[in-house]
Amino acid sequence: MDKFTKIRAVAAPLPITNVDTDMIIPQKHLRTIERTGLGKYAFSNIRYNDDGSERSDFVLNKPAYRNAEILIAGENFGCGSSREHAPWALKDFGIKAIIAPSFADIFHGNCFKNGLLPIALPEEIVDEMMKDAEHGANALFTIDLENLEITRPDGQVVKFEVDSFRQHCLINGLDDIGLTMVKGDKIAAFEAKQKAQQPWLYSQRQEK
Amino acid sequence: MTNPRTLYDKIWDAHVVEEQQSGNSLLYIDRHIIHEVTSPQAFEGLRLAGRGLRRVETILAVPDHNVPTTTDRETRIDSIESKNQLDALERNAKEFGVDYIPMMDARQGIVHIVGPEQGFTLPGTTIVCGDSHTSTHGAFGALAFGIGTSEVEHVMATQTLILKRSKNLRIDVSGKLGLGVTAKDVALAIIGKIGTAGGTGSVIEFTGSVFRDLSMEGRMTVCNMSIEGGARAGLIAPDQKTYDYIKGRPKAPKGAEFEMAMTYWNSLKSDEGAKYDKEVFIDAADIVPQVTWGTSPEDVLPITGIVPNPADASDPDKKASIERALAYMGLEPGTRLTDIKVDKVFIGSCTNGRIEDMRAVAEVVRGRKINPSVEGLIVPGSGLVKLQAEQEGLDQVFIDAGFDWREPGCSMCLAMNADKLLPGQRCASTSNRNFEGRQGPKSRTHLVSPAMAAAAAITGHLTDIREL
Repeated sequence: MDKFTKIRAVAAPLPITNVDTDMIIPQKHLRTIERTGLGKYAFSNIRYNDDGSERSDFVLNKPAYRNAEILIAGENFGCGSSREHAPWALKDFGIKAIIAPSFADIFHGNCFKNGLLPIALPEEIVDEMMKDAEHGANALFTIDLENLEITRPDGQVVKFEVDSFRQHCLINGLDDIGLTMVKGDKIAAFEAKQKAQQPWLYSQRQEK
Repeated sequence: MTNPRTLYDKIWDAHVVEEQQSGNSLLYIDRHIIHEVTSPQAFEGLRLAGRGLRRVETILAVPDHNVPTTTDRETRIDSIESKNQLDALERNAKEFGVDYIPMMDARQGIVHIVGPEQGFTLPGTTIVCGDSHTSTHGAFGALAFGIGTSEVEHVMATQTLILKRSKNLRIDVSGKLGLGVTAKDVALAIIGKIGTAGGTGSVIEFTGSVFRDLSMEGRMTVCNMSIEGGARAGLIAPDQKTYDYIKGRPKAPKGAEFEMAMTYWNSLKSDEGAKYDKEVFIDAADIVPQVTWGTSPEDVLPITGIVPNPADASDPDKKASIERALAYMGLEPGTRLTDIKVDKVFIGSCTNGRIEDMRAVAEVVRGRKINPSVEGLIVPGSGLVKLQAEQEGLDQVFIDAGFDWREPGCSMCLAMNADKLLPGQRCASTSNRNFEGRQGPKSRTHLVSPAMAAAAAITGHLTDIREL
């Protein structure tokens, strides 16, 4: 997984609440067996016209935001499906962090598995950052994951919180599975105990 | 004596392998269901890392999202990408030795309908699937939730997940439901009350006489919609109804093991005095048939209502969201919901594709014809639901009324197959999401119960089932 330590980048304002996973990546683009190459489909229903041309009113199509690495959005970002295609598409597009008042649980967890940082902040601060972001290419934000600080374009510093384990994994680009595989003995001990107490969960595969 | 615990606390505690310093836990996962859309990258990840499956017998694979629902389904897969995903599931299942129900098998269907039918879903277990509607299985008192593909791979390799304990949210609906009010209406009314983020960070336990009185099918409908209220999982304590449903199913415990299991399952209820982080109480008598008007499941109203006016919203974000939804849905404020005409009616999905739903529709449409301006589609949730419906003669009732009766699959719930709305088309749908583009680009969805969908098919517009 890519490491995330510190970024300095343009933030794009997306003042929509309940941005759902169908909006982030419409289901017709889920028919892939790869993790990569989904960036061109990110937000495709609101990003392109029917003929495939870009919609000039969509924020990420505007010249100032084409290279945005941060999204600033309304509450409950990422609600809906568990599809990891949503963070894959955002990451592939170039987004590295999302700031919103709140995130849906499954999406929030999926982001961390892909080097994408979701930051939840009080709504009034997000509203202010949304205004900052409206200033286009001049609106550079710095996000420092090690020190849990965002520096706004005017230099003001805002602290944020992240689960310490997730922070550690992102900073070091660690893969959860490798970390858990090390605990094989503990898992085996759990299984032995559970099998003694609930043998029906371990019966041979039942008839079809 | 330990402190009184909730049902969620009990299942959680019974699955903790290790408490970690960061406040996360390593949680053991008992059952894993996979389908073709969210599993291929997980198998690929295992292959690349040279890892295997820790316990292959805990996995059940069923294709559902991409499958065509026409009788010539084998030759009708509408895109090469869909075919690739379906082929990949079969190939991966064979290579890794996973129990696999193929598309042409009579047991095939939507994963959340197949799991319970096969007795794979058991009380007190942890169940995951790369699909947010895994919450459905909570109807059996199982802690069941949707996960992303990285977590699918994590479970395959380690049989665990790294998770933080959720908060306990209790939603109690007591009293008697009125005539024409169903499990779907209860679910929608709850979401209307708590909002789509109301359950974020929580697991919901549904308590009260309404849930005890519901059939297992109805309980599954309610738990299915937990995720639309923001909760990763919903739970209903198991009871005799649960055991009667499970007993005798192919993958359920048998004989003495079933008796032993039942003794354990009987302990799966919240203790007297258990603490919830939040409690919501709803009087069943206050719930009337529900319908959504907007593009989020929380945009829901009683069918007797009118389309809201953004000018009435005090919060600017809410105002903007109503404006956006109305523009997308092509609706004017003040329109009576019963005046909204529909082009299509879709009955099916993991929310409402079970036998009870089929019966509810048959009861409404028996001896009637659907409105000539409406196309009606009924898609059973599994091959076994289809078989049962046909044994009861329901298929003929549907066909006589003018409905299209299909093969099982996710179908028009999410437009990943040939079943979708055309741009601008409006649908009364028994599915779970009315998001922009959910049933096809520019599709317009109104979520309703099966009976309400059937009523809309007959009249050609959204209809109060109580007045039909």
